[in-house]
Amino acid sequence: MSAAAMPPLAITARTLTTACGAGLDSMREALAARRSGLRRNDFSAHPLETWIGRVDGLEDLQLPADLMGWDCRNNRLAWFALQQDGVAARVEALRERYGAARVAIIIGTSTSSIGASEEAYTRLDGDRFPADLHRPIIHTPHSLGSFLAAATGLRGPCVTVATACSSSAKVFAQAARLIQAGVVDAALVGGVDTLCGSVLFGFNALGLVSTAQCRPFDVARNGLSLGEAGGYAILEREGAGPRLLGYGESSDAHHMSSPHPEGLGARLCMQAAIARAGLAPADIDYLNLHGTATPKNDEIEAGAVARLFGECLRASSTKAYTGHTLGAAGIVESLIAIEAIESGLMPGTLNCDDPDPACGPQILRENTRGEVRYAMNNSFGFGGNNCSLVFGAEARA
Amino acid sequence: MSGLPELKVLGIGAFADGLPDWAAMAAFARGEAGLVEGAPKKPAPSMLPANERRRAPDSVLLALLVAEAACANAGADPAALPSVFTSTHGDLAITDYMCATLATAPTEVSPTRFHNSVHNAAAGYWTIGVGCHAPATAISAFDASFAQGLIEAALQIAIDGGPLLLVAYDSPAGGPLQHTSKSEGLFGFALVLDRADGSGLSLVPRIEAGVCAEAAGPLIEATARNAMAPAARLAQALARGEDICELPAGMDSRLVLELRHG
Repeated sequence: MSAAAMPPLAITARTLTTACGAGLDSMREALAARRSGLRRNDFSAHPLETWIGRVDGLEDLQLPADLMGWDCRNNRLAWFALQQDGVAARVEALRERYGAARVAIIIGTSTSSIGASEEAYTRLDGDRFPADLHRPIIHTPHSLGSFLAAATGLRGPCVTVATACSSSAKVFAQAARLIQAGVVDAALVGGVDTLCGSVLFGFNALGLVSTAQCRPFDVARNGLSLGEAGGYAILEREGAGPRLLGYGESSDAHHMSSPHPEGLGARLCMQAAIARAGLAPADIDYLNLHGTATPKNDEIEAGAVARLFGECLRASSTKAYTGHTLGAAGIVESLIAIEAIESGLMPGTLNCDDPDPACGPQILRENTRGEVRYAMNNSFGFGGNNCSLVFGAEARA
Repeated sequence: MSGLPELKVLGIGAFADGLPDWAAMAAFARGEAGLVEGAPKKPAPSMLPANERRRAPDSVLLALLVAEAACANAGADPAALPSVFTSTHGDLAITDYMCATLATAPTEVSPTRFHNSVHNAAAGYWTIGVGCHAPATAISAFDASFAQGLIEAALQIAIDGGPLLLVAYDSPAGGPLQHTSKSEGLFGFALVLDRADGSGLSLVPRIEAGVCAEAAGPLIEATARNAMAPAARLAQALARGEDICELPAGMDSRLVLELRHG
C-alpha cells in the first residue's frame, strides 16, 4: 500500500480500563507485577468453561439521569472509562478551546451494546422487547458513538468504526485524516467492547476459545480468553504527550475468520504504518502484537514479524493480562505500547512458558527495560481487516 | 489542506426492491418508469459462486452487488480500490438469529453465522471475493451513516488518492428486533470516487450546522423505510441532475453536496 507521510499528532490525554483495573496506573501496576486480570468465566448465564477479562462494578454503575436512555453494559463501561485519568476534563477543555463542532468522536467496537439486545430476547413480551429495553438507540452499532456524543457534547463528525478486532486501531487512522484535512482540530478516539453471549458463544462455536488462561505464543496455546475494556486517546495537532506517527491499513483477502497463511495482510499494514511514519523497520523498538493465542494467529504473526524485523525488536502480546478485548484491543494495546515509550518497560508475554518454535528472537517472555523511541501496535480483525499504528515520544516531533 | 476535496463520480451501482440496477433506479427517480416487474428479489452478485450465494447473508449479497456494479460502471479494477462500507444496522437478520439462539440454545450458535455477524462482513467478503489487499473499513453513524461514509471516503482520497469504493446498504429487520431497529426492504448504493479533475460529474462536499432541508420524490418515498434512506437523497439528485443535495451528518450537522454535472 502506498502511504503518504502524515504530520505527527499529539496524544494529549489517554486512559484505559480493563480487567486489570480502572485507569492507566492499574494497567502499569499489573504489567510491572506480571499480574493477569483474567478470572474463571462467571459472566455467561449458560455455563462455558473458559477464562475472561471482566471489568468489576459495571452492574452497579449508575449513568447520569440525562444519559439513562443509553443505559446498557457497554455504555456504562464507556462512561466509567471516560472518567479516568482526566480524559473527561480534557474533553471539556477541547470543547471550550476549539468549539464542539471542531472535535470529532471516532470510536471502535465490535459488538457495541448487542448485550442489551440479547437480554431483551430473554425477556420478550410476546414478540416485543420489554419496556425497559424498548430503546432503539441501544440496539444498533452506533449506540456507542451516539452515547459519547451525548455524554461529551462534542458535535464534530461522530462515527462508530466496527471492523471487528481492528476497530479501535483504525479509529486513529480515520481521526488523523479528519485532522490532517482540517475538518476538525481534535478528536476523541478509542474503543469500548463488553462481554456478551454473542462473542463468548460465537468464538466458542469457531473453536477459538481456550478452557484455560490464554497462552500467547506458547507451543501449547489452544485459544483465546475473551475480555472487555474501554479506552480513549485525544488527538490534537500540538500539545504535550506522545505522538501518533503513522498508521497502516490492509486487507488479507483470504478468509472471514482465519488469517492469511503467509501473513500477507499483516506485513502490508505493518510496512504501511512504518512508511507513513517515515521510519524503517529497524527503528521500531517495541511492538505490541495482536497475539490472540489462537494456534494460527500467533504462528502467522510471529512469522510475519520475524521476516520484517531484525533481532533487536522486542515484541509481546498482552492478551493474557486483559483477555482479547476485541473492538477495544486497538486502543488498549496502543496505550500499552505508548507506556513502553514513556516508562521503558516492555511487558513480557504472560503465560508463554514454552515458546512456539515459530517465534523469532523478537518475542519477549520476561519484562524488559530499555529505551523505546518508537513503538508499534498490531490489530487484526475478522474479514482479514488489519491495522498497525506507530507511536513516538514527544521530543521527536 | 482545509476541508473536504471535490470528488469525481466515476461509477454508480444501485439496488432496491423492484429497482435492480442504477439505470432502473435513475429512471424511477426521474418519474420516467415504475418499479421493474419481476425484478430479482435477492441480489445475485456475479462474483460469488452459486453455493456461496446461498450461504451469504442478504446484506452481504446486496453490498457486493452494488459494489461490483459501481466498479463495472467506472471501468475500475475492484482489486485495486480501497473501500468504505457503511451500514446503519449491519445485518439485522443475523442479529435476530444470534439473539434468538443465545436465548434458547447458546452452544448451538452457528460458527459461520457468527463470523457473518461482524459489521465488516460485507467488506470482508468483498476483499476476499475480488482479491483486494487495499484498506477496507466498515462504519455506522445511525442516520448519518451515509454522510459519514462519504466524508471518510473523501478524506482517504484527499490523503492517499483515489479511486476508492464507497458502499452503503441496509437490509430488513426481522423478529422482535424489527420493533426497535427499523429497516424494511433492501437498499444499496455504491459509488466509485476519485479526485476531481475538472471533467465529468463531481460532488463538492461541505459540512454545515443545522438540520437537512426536506427532500421528496419517488425514490426517496420508495426507500423511506430502509435504514439507508439518506443515500436515496443523493441517488435522486444524481438521477435528476439536481444541483444540491443535503444529507444528515449527525447531531446539528448536515453534509451539503453541490453537484456539478460536467
